[in-house]
Amino acid sequence: MPAITHHIPDAMIAAYAAGSLPHAFAMVVASHLSYCRDCQAALGAHQSAGGALLETAQSEELSPGMKASVMAMLDEPAMPEPVYDARGIYPGPVMQALKGGAPRWRTLGMGVKQNILYEGDGGSARLLYIPAGQAVPDHSHNGLELTLVLQGSFSDETGRFGVGDVEIGDEDLEHTPVADAGDPCICLAATDAPLRFNALMPRLLQPLFRI
Amino acid sequence: MVTVNLDSPPGRETLRGISPRGTAAVSNGKAFSQLTIWMLAVRDQRDRAAFSALFDHLAPRLKGFVIRSGASSALAEEIVQDVMLTIWRKASQFDPHRAQASAWIYQIARNRHIDIVRKEHRPVPDELGEDPGLEPDASQILGLEQEAEQLKLAIQQLQPDQKEMIEKAYLGELTHQEISSRTGLPLGTVKSRIRLGLGRLRKELKGLR
Ligand SMILES: [Zn+2]
Repeated sequence: MPAITHHIPDAMIAAYAAGSLPHAFAMVVASHLSYCRDCQAALGAHQSAGGALLETAQSEELSPGMKASVMAMLDEPAMPEPVYDARGIYPGPVMQALKGGAPRWRTLGMGVKQNILYEGDGGSARLLYIPAGQAVPDHSHNGLELTLVLQGSFSDETGRFGVGDVEIGDEDLEHTPVADAGDPCICLAATDAPLRFNALMPRLLQPLFRI
Repeated sequence: MVTVNLDSPPGRETLRGISPRGTAAVSNGKAFSQLTIWMLAVRDQRDRAAFSALFDHLAPRLKGFVIRSGASSALAEEIVQDVMLTIWRKASQFDPHRAQASAWIYQIARNRHIDIVRKEHRPVPDELGEDPGLEPDASQILGLEQEAEQLKLAIQQLQPDQKEMIEKAYLGELTHQEISSRTGLPLGTVKSRIRLGLGRLRKELKGLR
């Protein structure tokens, strides 16, 4: 188990339990929880609070026949749900987004690669591959961005981020992350801002891409 | 009413996973909650009578809970039906050492609600297993049940507007920014204190062995 020093804020864990986080962020939170016992304990506490609210909720009358129909369905075979286990450096929630397959990297230039995992109304999530020693150029944030390290590490003005650590960036964070020496740094990054670049971006503009 | 007293456990099947040593450690007459007893009977014996009792207790509350989030009565019933079936089908995953029955069911209810409304599959964390060195025992279950009781008391003592805010947070109606900016989350303090206390207690118990 890696020594984790950068965690998910408590309010975000509560929002994850309640299901109000956008899907892309929920992916990062669930992935961090896959490494982090402390945050799992925090999630457990929020689930307990939710459970206590459920138990003290005002009852509402059910339609007649509803119970009988549920009881009659107990023996029906359930639709099997695909289960995605962690594989290699990728925790279960990332494997789910990859539908059990391997990442399909697209080159962004300067050795940096990405694989978009999800794009929707609430934001987007992708895997990033950054070679050792490579700086992510012109790095600024538009909206909120969560970056979880899956392999290697990166460092910036705010500290060092190793496997399992999450960096939370917003408009106020100005920094220059550089992948540390050693294995290439692979991250799961989610943002609620629109995607600013993709593999079709002209080569000339690639050094200017923003993450 | 069925009660399980730890002084006289009704059998290893019902209390699977509880070591005899753990049972002895808390044999002071405290019993599991009714919800936990039903869940264990459903999990271990596939007990339909217990499920039926669980349904009668839980389904109307669940419907009320889901309606509080703004769902129509019809959608609420669709979700309740789905949640009740999920409880039956996934009962093997219920572990009272890790979460109270109500907490486990709360998370299922939120997940199913989101899956049904958003048609997205919620990402769920990998299991980390037990903290190494902390053997699962009945004291953990009772600690979690005490936590649940204290939380229920705390909720009952809330001012109406505070309770509404808490409900909104846990029903997914507040963003995380709103949750962190509202002071209306007094549960935050209560729950972490209890949870931290529980972890410390476990470590101390371990030190005594
Ligand atoms: Zn953490």
